[in-house]
Amino acid sequence: MANDPIHQFQIARLVPIDIGGVDFSFTNSSLFMVATVAVASAFLYYTTRGRGLVPSRMQSVSELSYEFIANMLRDSTGSAGMRFFPLVFSLFMFVLVANLLGMFPYFFTVTSHIIVTFALAMLVIGTVVGYGIYKNGLGWFRVFVPSGVPGVILPFVVVIELISFLSRPVSLSVRLFANMLAGHITLKVFAGFVVSLGTLGALGIGGAILPLIMTVALTALEFLVAFLQAYVFAILTCMYLNDAVHTHH
Amino acid sequence: MFVTPAMAQEEHPATEEALPSDHGQPSVEGTVVPTQDHGTEGPFPPMNPEFFASQILWLAITFGIFYLVLKRVILPRIGGIIENRRDRIALDLEAAERMKTDADEAQAAYSQELAEARARSQKIAGDARDSARADAEAERARIEGDLDARLETAQARIGEIKTRTLADVGQIAEDVTQAVLSQVAGIQANQDEVSRAVQAVRA
Repeated sequence: MANDPIHQFQIARLVPIDIGGVDFSFTNSSLFMVATVAVASAFLYYTTRGRGLVPSRMQSVSELSYEFIANMLRDSTGSAGMRFFPLVFSLFMFVLVANLLGMFPYFFTVTSHIIVTFALAMLVIGTVVGYGIYKNGLGWFRVFVPSGVPGVILPFVVVIELISFLSRPVSLSVRLFANMLAGHITLKVFAGFVVSLGTLGALGIGGAILPLIMTVALTALEFLVAFLQAYVFAILTCMYLNDAVHTHH
Repeated sequence: MFVTPAMAQEEHPATEEALPSDHGQPSVEGTVVPTQDHGTEGPFPPMNPEFFASQILWLAITFGIFYLVLKRVILPRIGGIIENRRDRIALDLEAAERMKTDADEAQAAYSQELAEARARSQKIAGDARDSARADAEAERARIEGDLDARLETAQARIGEIKTRTLADVGQIAEDVTQAVLSQVAGIQANQDEVSRAVQAVRA
């Protein structure tokens, strides 16, 4: 399937596992989840091994990402939200490393599957709802009732708030999934043009330069998107977590 | 294969797209349809519910482990490093501040001592100058006195010699007169007469 842009998203069973009639096979997707976790953990672990007072270059990368997420979380939720720091940092690193690993040719992009991003989004929303109710009791549902709204339009506002809240996991997951999917398909299509035109003789090879340039530019763009989507995922997580910590907004 | 009705809608465009490229030009592309891979003819792979359970399970396992590793090992470590550095910088700044105060104090003490030393050296120099001047004065006075004394002695000796010489002059005049008288005039003059005559002439 050299030229099928969808082929890269195929899942293949590496170790078939069947539990109670449900397919829990270890697939290439699972493999790259393991790889993502292994690469991210190993990087963070080994770069901070020296515990240098003056950080080495790689150690400061780990420290920068730590402080980047810590500041992001503190800015949007205050010090009360810092209990969620491990969660936000894990989400950011997982998404970032999964996106970056997906940039390697022939590698599988974990975050290009809707169920993965949706599961991560549900983890965030579940944490928001769960912690919100645990901390504030049923009073947490006041988050859907903004203060200072006239009684007449209050029901509409509540409905709108409810819809906007329910659309959060959808938008959170679809944004990441669609970006990764579309980026990889575009890259593959343009790279495919290079090959197709290359088979058409001298003129084709000359013409293949354009999609080649496009592929190089898109690769750079995809690296940006890989980081940007991890950043967006993390900052939206921070903003949603703010609802769990502070009922009034 | 497990396909939900919702996914079945996705199936048609996907298969229609896939089929011409798979079978339409196999000689050009040289592609082989993977027979054991069920994805090609199935629903759009990124939304294929066939692997939803597997992906959720493995995501839960891997992400759970990742979360625990980060929470238990890595984040405390990085946090510790940063905290440690912040403490160290605060301590160093404090030490630097203290050293600066010490240096300022030392500087003040130094300049005070310098001023004192300068005053002392000026006093010593003044004393030395004064004593040297007094010595020179004394020496000069002594030498002048000495010189004066010698001058007086010399003066006295000159006067003495002069009177003695003058006395000799009278004798010489008498002798010359006597000699002249005897040699020239042939007169043997009396000693007393000559002496009287000479004294009369000289007076």
